[in-house]
Amino acid sequence: MAELDPIVWWRRLLTAPNESRGKTLAMAFIVAAVSSLAVSLAAVVLQPRIDANRAAERQAKLDAMIADLPGLADILAESGADSLETVVVDLATGTEADVAPGDYDMAAVAADPATSTELSDAQDIAGIGRRPDYVEIHVLKARGSVELVILPVYAAGYQSTIRAYLALKGDLNTVAGLVVTEQGETPGLGANVATPGWQALWPGKKLADETGTLRLKVVRGKGQTEYEVDGITGATRTSTAVGDMIAFWIGPNGYASVLAALRSGAL
Amino acid sequence: MFGRLRSFFAPLIDDNPITVQILGICSALAVTTSMDTALTMSVALTLVLMAASGIIATLRNHMPRAIRLILQITIIAALVIVTDLILQAYAFEVSKRLSIFVSLIVTNCLVMARTETFAMHNPPWPSILDGLVYGLGYSLILLIVGFLRELLGRGTLFGFTVLPAVEDGGWFEPMGVMLLAPSAFFVLGLLIWAIRGWRTAQVEANEYPLPARAEP
Repeated sequence: MAELDPIVWWRRLLTAPNESRGKTLAMAFIVAAVSSLAVSLAAVVLQPRIDANRAAERQAKLDAMIADLPGLADILAESGADSLETVVVDLATGTEADVAPGDYDMAAVAADPATSTELSDAQDIAGIGRRPDYVEIHVLKARGSVELVILPVYAAGYQSTIRAYLALKGDLNTVAGLVVTEQGETPGLGANVATPGWQALWPGKKLADETGTLRLKVVRGKGQTEYEVDGITGATRTSTAVGDMIAFWIGPNGYASVLAALRSGAL
Repeated sequence: MFGRLRSFFAPLIDDNPITVQILGICSALAVTTSMDTALTMSVALTLVLMAASGIIATLRNHMPRAIRLILQITIIAALVIVTDLILQAYAFEVSKRLSIFVSLIVTNCLVMARTETFAMHNPPWPSILDGLVYGLGYSLILLIVGFLRELLGRGTLFGFTVLPAVEDGGWFEPMGVMLLAPSAFFVLGLLIWAIRGWRTAQVEANEYPLPARAEP
């Protein structure tokens, strides 16, 4: 007669010889199942806290960048501190999207096929696969004209996703600052993109020349012109990835339409 | 009684996992640039080691020999991931600086060595104690190395200034090399030298002595 009582099955398992095939399979299965249950449980329970930590860090870095930008504090004081507007823009049209800034979640938007665009290999120089259609940007206006724009950017680095904020001055061609907010590159080499020393190389660099061609690059060794940023020795792929990240996000699949709208005053 | 106590505390000096068994060096080099990372890593490793020893000792009579190592690694890896998540949730700043080294506790030879040699053959309580003492031995060396490197490299301890640096108007010239990985080798090497000078029993016999005279 077939035995169906689970307690009997459990006893039989415990008394079975360790080397039997059944017990080997059962132990492998039980240990794997219990371990994965523990990991999943911890991940689900702790995820809200971890996300909150990451968001707080991004905000702190954005605040620090705003505090560091020369003259910005004066502009803010002059025009009232709350004039840093947060706008969610539609990258396809360069217009304001119908999404409340408070609810915006870049990772969710980029992952959802309904709100993101798949990039072809030729378009995808930043290695991100899908581009979100809506992005939350920060614009500072004083007396009607744009003084500063802060654009979130990201790209696949050497071994992690590099996330950063790129700040542009009112001419929308001069870099006001670059702050890397998240990266997991090689410690001591690629991870140096997140150091203040390297980020200090960015302010004052120009994106495009008079003809409108994008010129800004991260070069090997020392940058010679205002379009060149020094690469990091021993981290060529991370350095190149940061350059490609800027090229992608300033380019036609990135913020080109948004920048055009800002120039014409439509946004 | 005294002898038992002595063998119980042997992992601190006489059988220290780092200086005698030379296990877990990789993480010992990487996380000792400052005291707070060294301390967090020590606590994380000790807790993982104790938990892994306890669980594996409980299961020891039901572990098929053919897959015992895989089962041990699975259990250790699960514990490490949970520890990493807890650090990210409650000690975010430190967890960022420890970066991948917490996850690398999985590959730390020390944990595997204790579970395989001790926990597989002993009941849970002694195994947990064994994990604790070996974890403390590891922590002791990590903290000594971290203490020297942070003090000499930055003039601070736990981030508080102890030796005022020249840059800030003090007299202490920070030794930048102490913050680089090779300095951990120097400190560890000197430490092993000092311990073996004191405990001469640890000095290993020369396994490959040169012949007294050349063969004709």
